[in-house]
Amino acid sequence: MRIRTLEISVGAFMVAGFAALIFLALKVSGLTLDAAEESYEVTARFENIGGLTVRAKVTMAGVVIGRVSNIYLDKEDFVGVVEMDIYNQFDNLSIDSTASILTAGVLGEKYIGIVVGAEDEYLAEGDEIEDTQSALVLEDLVSKFLFNKTQE
Amino acid sequence: MSDSDSSGIENSDNDGNFIEVRDLTFYRGDRVIYQNVSLDIPRGKITAIMGPSGTGKTTLLRLIGGQLKPDSGTVKVDGKHIPNLTRKELFALRSRMGMLFQSGALFTDVSVYENVAFPLRVHTNLPEDMIRDVVLMKLHAVGLRGARNLMPSELSGGMARRVALARAIALDPDLVMYDEPFAGQDPVAMGVVVQLIRLLNDALGHTSIIVSHDVAEAASIADYIYVLADGEIIGQGAPDEVLHSDAPRLKQFMQGLPDGPVPFHFPARDLRDDLLAGVK
Amino acid sequence: MVIQVLRRVGSKGVSFLESFGASGMFLFQSLVAVPNIRNNFPLLVKQIYAVGVMSLVIIMVSGLFIGMVLALQGYNILTRYGSEQALGQLVSLTLLRELGPVVAALLFAGRAGSALTAEIGLMKSTEQIAGLEMIGVDPLRRVIAPRFWAGIICMPVLAIIFSSVGIWGASLVGVDWLGVYSGSFWANMQDSVQFSDDVLNGVIKSIAFGFVITWIAVFQGYDAVPTSEGIGQATTRTVVYASLAILGLDFILTAVMFGDL
Repeated sequence: MRIRTLEISVGAFMVAGFAALIFLALKVSGLTLDAAEESYEVTARFENIGGLTVRAKVTMAGVVIGRVSNIYLDKEDFVGVVEMDIYNQFDNLSIDSTASILTAGVLGEKYIGIVVGAEDEYLAEGDEIEDTQSALVLEDLVSKFLFNKTQE
Repeated sequence: MSDSDSSGIENSDNDGNFIEVRDLTFYRGDRVIYQNVSLDIPRGKITAIMGPSGTGKTTLLRLIGGQLKPDSGTVKVDGKHIPNLTRKELFALRSRMGMLFQSGALFTDVSVYENVAFPLRVHTNLPEDMIRDVVLMKLHAVGLRGARNLMPSELSGGMARRVALARAIALDPDLVMYDEPFAGQDPVAMGVVVQLIRLLNDALGHTSIIVSHDVAEAASIADYIYVLADGEIIGQGAPDEVLHSDAPRLKQFMQGLPDGPVPFHFPARDLRDDLLAGVK
Repeated sequence: MVIQVLRRVGSKGVSFLESFGASGMFLFQSLVAVPNIRNNFPLLVKQIYAVGVMSLVIIMVSGLFIGMVLALQGYNILTRYGSEQALGQLVSLTLLRELGPVVAALLFAGRAGSALTAEIGLMKSTEQIAGLEMIGVDPLRRVIAPRFWAGIICMPVLAIIFSSVGIWGASLVGVDWLGVYSGSFWANMQDSVQFSDDVLNGVIKSIAFGFVITWIAVFQGYDAVPTSEGIGQATTRTVVYASLAILGLDFILTAVMFGDL
């Protein structure tokens, strides 16, 4: 019977390891089991992306509706192009929606906030959001403020 | 190696020598262990290899078992030159050899029964009840059938050696090598081992090599004796001849004389000079 | 003078290369010797028990306390900036990326690595290894390979358990004792932890550590001078070499995984 307890404890050990991995996946990293959620890709061009990173959140009214999938520079117009994946369930964003780069808290991470527009036509795979608002860069704000002050 | 498989049933050599060592030279580092040693181990007999501690008697067993390779010379076991064998051939040959190690070398993590069953499980595909029969017979032969469920740590030194002996003969080998089987045993245990070696050799008909420096015990059961010292053979023959030889080095060893060709004193300058020199 | 120093450095270098090469050969030979699952699986299970299950208690207790201490310290600092809800993020990233794999590996080296070295060294000194060879069994296949695989399998499992228990310990201290709001504790954590980056990279790290630790441990045991003194020295060497290797390797792996190299 000694060999039985040995095998059972090894089995329990492996199960505990597996359970811990599931705990890490679901509870700690918030992985949902249907992780590969269907999405469609839209792009947006910004004067300045100001520290936005790949996999940043895309939100609407504070709710996450997608992720940033790629960021690169348009070499002709010299603007930053952001590609983002919007989950398929949010398929009724009007084509004149506005995308802006926002900051969570004063020093928090950057994310994209989308405000819906008024058109009846909806964004689809490959579309571009025309109306964008770049990230607020602290240095620009400060210099604008000082410029205004000296004007007075 | 083409005839290697048939050599086991070859009859022409059956009364000859099981092991032939020719011009064996072996160095450990810069130290000479063997210098042009030649010896024969006759088939079916008990041959004792004797000599002072540290002369590399165990090394000889390892050379025969193929765990070490000679620097020059040949070591032939049953007609096969050991250093030339492939790993697979060597392992196959070893399954026909049993070795009793000085410390017993029982596997400490399994029971006595499993220790004896181990070679059977590795080298045969016998069903479990046949393995059980063989193991119990071998354990019975060494008188320890009742101890089969003990762990090696629960055995006395003498019992451990007998279990190791049962394991060494589990596969009915053609050759059994004993490495210092008498060392560190109380008289009763020693008597048992002496008797077992003789009995098993006669009953099973294998070839035995005993490496030992216990003169009386080895001489009492050996058919032939080699005495090694300083890398060479200093004497050989039947026990009586060797025991009563007049060759000075042989005589000193066999009769245990404190002084002789092997000096009592470690080399030093004259005692008188040494004492007079005082503290510098 | 200079020549002598050069000669000494040279011979040290050569002997280092020699033992490194020998251990590499040794590794190769024991890993090539895998097949025959039917016979070797029970051996592997036994070794997983000896290596993994026996290390479980020390891993869990250490993980719990390290998680609790991290939560205490982190709370003290974060509360100064009024951002104690980031506690979950701080603890989980620290544990998953660094402390989990590294501390579990250090404990593993001390608990299981030293035991492996001592066991194999003892098998060598009691001639069990030579006995196996004489019975016609390759000791690399029989003794070394199962221990090696057991080490590689157990290390990530132990590291995962370590991190999980640590995070649980942090939630005990942070949420239940210090009063961080549990919703933001877990939500912040889930926001910042990426399964593929943080969790899996930690697992990869711990597999690498398990590989290195068991390699060092079994080689030191197999290479030990078969006396009680030699085994003692080999055991010490295992712990020292393994710890240094873990920390050095951790830096390299971190640089590759998180350092945008």
